[in-house]
Amino acid sequence: MTLMVEAQRVCKSFGRNQVLKGINMQVPEGSVVVLLGPSGSGKSTFLRAVNHLENIDAGRLFVDGELVGYREKGGVLYEMRDKDVCHQRSEIGMVFQSFNLFPHMTALQNVTVAPILVKHEPAEAAKAEGHALLTRVGLGEKADSYPRQLSGGQQQRVAIARALAMKPRLMLFDEPTSALDPELVGEVLEVMKNLARAGMTMIVVTHEMGFAREVADAVVFMDGGYVVEAGSPQEVLVNPKEVRTQDFLSKVL
Amino acid sequence: MGETPVVVAASRAPLDSDPELIRAVPLKHYGRWVGAVVTILIAALVVRLFVVTPNINWPKVGSYFTTKQILLGLELTIILTIVGMVIGVVLGVVIAVMHLSVNPVLRTISWVFIWIFRGTPLLIQILFWFNIALILPSVGIGIPFTDWWVSSNTNTLVTAFVAAAIALGLNEAAYMSEIVRAGIQVIDPGQTEAGLAVGMKKRLMFRVVILPQAMRAIIPPTGNELIGLLKNTSLVSVIAAQELLTKAQNIYARNLLVVELLLVAAIWYLLVTSLLMWGQYYVERHFARGSTNRPLPPTPFQKLRMRFRRGFPEKTRATDQPGPALSQADVREAKGSAA
Ligand SMILES: Nc1ncnc2c1ncn2[C@@H]1O[C@H](COP(=O)(O)OP(=O)(O)OP(=O)(O)O)[C@@H](O)[C@H]1O
Ligand SMILES: [Mg+2]
Repeated sequence: MTLMVEAQRVCKSFGRNQVLKGINMQVPEGSVVVLLGPSGSGKSTFLRAVNHLENIDAGRLFVDGELVGYREKGGVLYEMRDKDVCHQRSEIGMVFQSFNLFPHMTALQNVTVAPILVKHEPAEAAKAEGHALLTRVGLGEKADSYPRQLSGGQQQRVAIARALAMKPRLMLFDEPTSALDPELVGEVLEVMKNLARAGMTMIVVTHEMGFAREVADAVVFMDGGYVVEAGSPQEVLVNPKEVRTQDFLSKVL
Repeated sequence: MGETPVVVAASRAPLDSDPELIRAVPLKHYGRWVGAVVTILIAALVVRLFVVTPNINWPKVGSYFTTKQILLGLELTIILTIVGMVIGVVLGVVIAVMHLSVNPVLRTISWVFIWIFRGTPLLIQILFWFNIALILPSVGIGIPFTDWWVSSNTNTLVTAFVAAAIALGLNEAAYMSEIVRAGIQVIDPGQTEAGLAVGMKKRLMFRVVILPQAMRAIIPPTGNELIGLLKNTSLVSVIAAQELLTKAQNIYARNLLVVELLLVAAIWYLLVTSLLMWGQYYVERHFARGSTNRPLPPTPFQKLRMRFRRGFPEKTRATDQPGPALSQADVREAKGSAA
C-alpha cells in the first residue's frame, strides 16, 4: 500500500495561536478521507499545508513519498526552490469553498490556462482536453461562459475541472459545497463521487454526512488542532467513541 | 398573534383577458425648458465674446494651425507623452509591486520614491533635471578595479528633451504606482491562492491572474493620467524643450499674435485629448469582459449600425408603442406558456 499523504506530528502556529498541534495522518493512494471538525479546528490550515500554501513549523509532511516544500539531506532540511514548490503543487489539485475561478477568463480558459502556461502543453491539445473535462463535469455547453454567467454549482464544477486539468495525483476539497444553495449541492457532490469511483485520492473537508457515509474510506474528526478520532465512516459517524465527536455530530446531524 | 391567519395572496395573474397597456400622458418638465434656454443664452454670449470679436484673428489661427513648426512641436509633445507614460507605467508597476512586497527595504524605497516625486511640484522637478549638471558635472560608467571607464559631460547628455522625459516619467511613475497598487489590492486573495494551487509561479500568476483583473480598476484613472500628462508636457516649455507650447511661444514672440497661437496650441491639445478619450472608452470595454453577467452595451458605432440595419421607418413605428413595456404579442405568448 503506497501512501499518497503522510503527516507526521505536523504543527503550525500563527503567532501565538497554535492551530495544528501534531497531526498524524496516513492517506493511502486511491482512498477518500473526509475531514470533519468545528470551525477553527485547523482543517483548512492542514489542507493548505499539504499544498504548501502554508509552511509548517514542526513535523514532517509527505505527498507521494516526497517531503512537501523541503529537501532533506544528511539530516538537514533545505528550503525548496520556488520552481520545485510549484512543480509539487501542480500535481495536487485544490478546490476552494469560494470557487476562486479566474473571472476574466471563460470556463474553458480557466481550465486550460495552467496546462498551457505551466505544463507548456500545445494550446490545441489543451483545449480538446479542456472540453473533455468540462463535458465530464456536465458543462460541455458552458465552455465559453464567464464565471459570473454561471450558477454557484456550475462554477464549482468548472473549478473541479480546472484542478483536474493538471492531472493531479491528489485532490484537496475545502468545503466545496458550503457556499452553495441547497439545491445546487447535489450536482457538485455527484461530480466528486464520480471522481472517487474513478480512483482519485481525495481529502475532503465537508459537513455533508451523506457524502461521507457513501464515499469516504475514512473519516477524521479534528478539534482544537488535534485529531480526536479517526476510522471508518461507521466507526466515527455511527458509533463515535469520543465525547467531543458525539457532541459535534449531534449538532451537525 | 399566532392564531391570526397570515394573509399571503399570490396567484398566477388571470390572463383570460389581456391586461390594459399603460398609456399615460408624460409629465411636463417646465424647469428643464427654462434651464435649457438660459444655458443657450449664456453659450451664445461666450461664443460672441470669443468668436465674433475683432480682437481675435481667426483666419490667422487657421493659417498657423498646420505650419511646420507647430506640427513639429505637436510631434514632440506626443513623443514626450508616450515616453513619459511608458516610463510611468513600467516604473509604476515596479514601484507598486515593491510597495506590496514583504521585503521592508523594497517597501521603504518605494515609499520614499512616491513621497518625493508626488510631494514636489512637477515644475521644480523639470527645472531640477535640466540643471542636474550643477550637482553631477559628469556621469560615467566603469568596471571597478579596472581601467575601463567611460564618462560624459552631463550637460551634453541631459538635453532639454532628456530632462523633460525623465522629469515627466518619474513624476508619472509615482502617480501610476498608487493607481496600480490600488488596482492590485482590490483583488480577492483567493485568486492568488487559486493561481498558486494550479502550479503557477508567483510571477506568472501575477501576470495572468492579478494584472488583467487589476487592469479594470487601473485603466480609467490611467486614461485620466495620460490626458493629464499630455497637458503637463506644456510645463517643459520652461526649459525650451521645443514641444507644442514652446513652438507657439517662439512664433508669437516674433509676430505678437499671442492669443491666436495660444488658441492653436489649445485646440491641438483638445483634439489629441478627445482622441485619447475615445480610445479609453474602447480599452475599458475590452477589460470589462466577464465583469457582468449581461452582455456589454453596444458601442456608439454598433448602435448606429443597428439603427441603419433596422431602418428608420421601423424606428418611427416603434415610437408609437410605449417603449420596452410588454407588447400585446408578449402578453399572449406568456399566456400561451402558462397554459
Ligand atoms: N493566515 C492566518 N493568519 C492568522 N491566523 C490564521 C490564519 N489562517 C487561519 N488562522 C487561524 O487558524 C485557526 C484555524 O483556522 P482554519 O481555517 O484552519 O480552521 P477551519 O477548521 O478550516 O475552520 P472553518 O470550518 O471555519 O473553515 C483559526 O483560529 C484562524 O483564525
Ligand atoms: Mg476552513
